[in-house]
Amino acid sequence: MKNDLRARNHPSWWAFLVHRLSGLALSLFLPFHFWALGQAFQGEARLDTLLRWTEQPLVKFAEVLLIVLLAAHLSGGLRLLALEFLPWRGWQKSLLAWAAGLALAAGLAFALAL
Amino acid sequence: MNMLQVSVWRGAAAGEYRTYEVPRYESQSVLDVVTYIQRSIDPTLSYRFACRVGMCGACAMTVNGVARWTCRTHVAKVAEGNAIQIAPLANLPLVKDLVADMREFFDKWARARGQFVPSATRKDAFARVAADSRARAAVEAGIECIGCGVCYASCDVVSWNADYLGPAALNRAWTLVNDERDGARAERLRAVAGDAGCHACHTHLACSERCPKKIEPTRSIAGLKRAVAMAALRGEL
Ligand code: SF4
Ligand code: SF4
Ligand code: FES
Repeated sequence: MKNDLRARNHPSWWAFLVHRLSGLALSLFLPFHFWALGQAFQGEARLDTLLRWTEQPLVKFAEVLLIVLLAAHLSGGLRLLALEFLPWRGWQKSLLAWAAGLALAAGLAFALAL
Repeated sequence: MNMLQVSVWRGAAAGEYRTYEVPRYESQSVLDVVTYIQRSIDPTLSYRFACRVGMCGACAMTVNGVARWTCRTHVAKVAEGNAIQIAPLANLPLVKDLVADMREFFDKWARARGQFVPSATRKDAFARVAADSRARAAVEAGIECIGCGVCYASCDVVSWNADYLGPAALNRAWTLVNDERDGARAERLRAVAGDAGCHACHTHLACSERCPKKIEPTRSIAGLKRAVAMAALRGEL
């Protein structure tokens, strides 16, 4: 017998899923990030064209999403480190809330500073 | 009379759900429901229980998709309207109907060196273990396991990696690692390290979420990870 989503429907499993998916998405983005930086080697004009392209609203929105993913992956990782390396104190749910809060706050801060 | 619609897994791996109508009572456990079906509707239904009071660990099943001890799970807590679905535990081979084959589960306890290895003989004096020591507190947190397999059935890593020792066996190993009378610490740490042992755990916390005895195997496994790392640094492994 195999489990379905009903068995997985608890906060820590959703945290795992967010951590895994954000990690995958970030690693997919990374080559593009390096490619974009690499444009600087082709001269200032090339890079400027690219930077102007990123000014579009849709790209901006994607950037906020990226920040949230990055913050979620970071805070999720810190949560795991705290769970595994610090003395256990029944704080699984509070750690999770902190991690989620941190990720959203980072996204919000970035969106507002735009 | 208020009737429950109970859908029960029948047959072995290639079986199917069959629905039974069971009268609904106040303070009815899921095990009561299964027992009613077997005694009053279909005597060929196989299931397992012994104590009926949450001590033996024999009655675990998957109830509406979640692994639970059925003798202490109230129908009122899990029924969706009047419907309940009852299946055998996941992650284990199926014998028949609601009976999962627990052999692999318990063999893994042995593989995790779940046996106490005495370091003294009967001629020695009794060991004095300070009740308030850190090690004793760690034992205390994990020792009430009844071997029900709920954690094992709930763990994704068990589904992904057939060799993974699983939360219950690792929790058992952790209680022994903290038993100052035990004489097999290094071998046990070696047995639980690596890809089939504590390092495979993804800290999903499903085991800790579902354990009916409120044990947190994740905590024990994190302890093992640290103990293994320390022992490796000291060159004891
Ligand atoms: S914490 Fe580890 S052992 Fe427990 S369910 Fe998750 S992966 Fe399995
Ligand atoms: S740790 Fe909890 S869920 Fe796992 S076998 Fe023991 S009592 Fe059952
Ligand atoms: S029958 Fe013994 S724990 Fe449920």
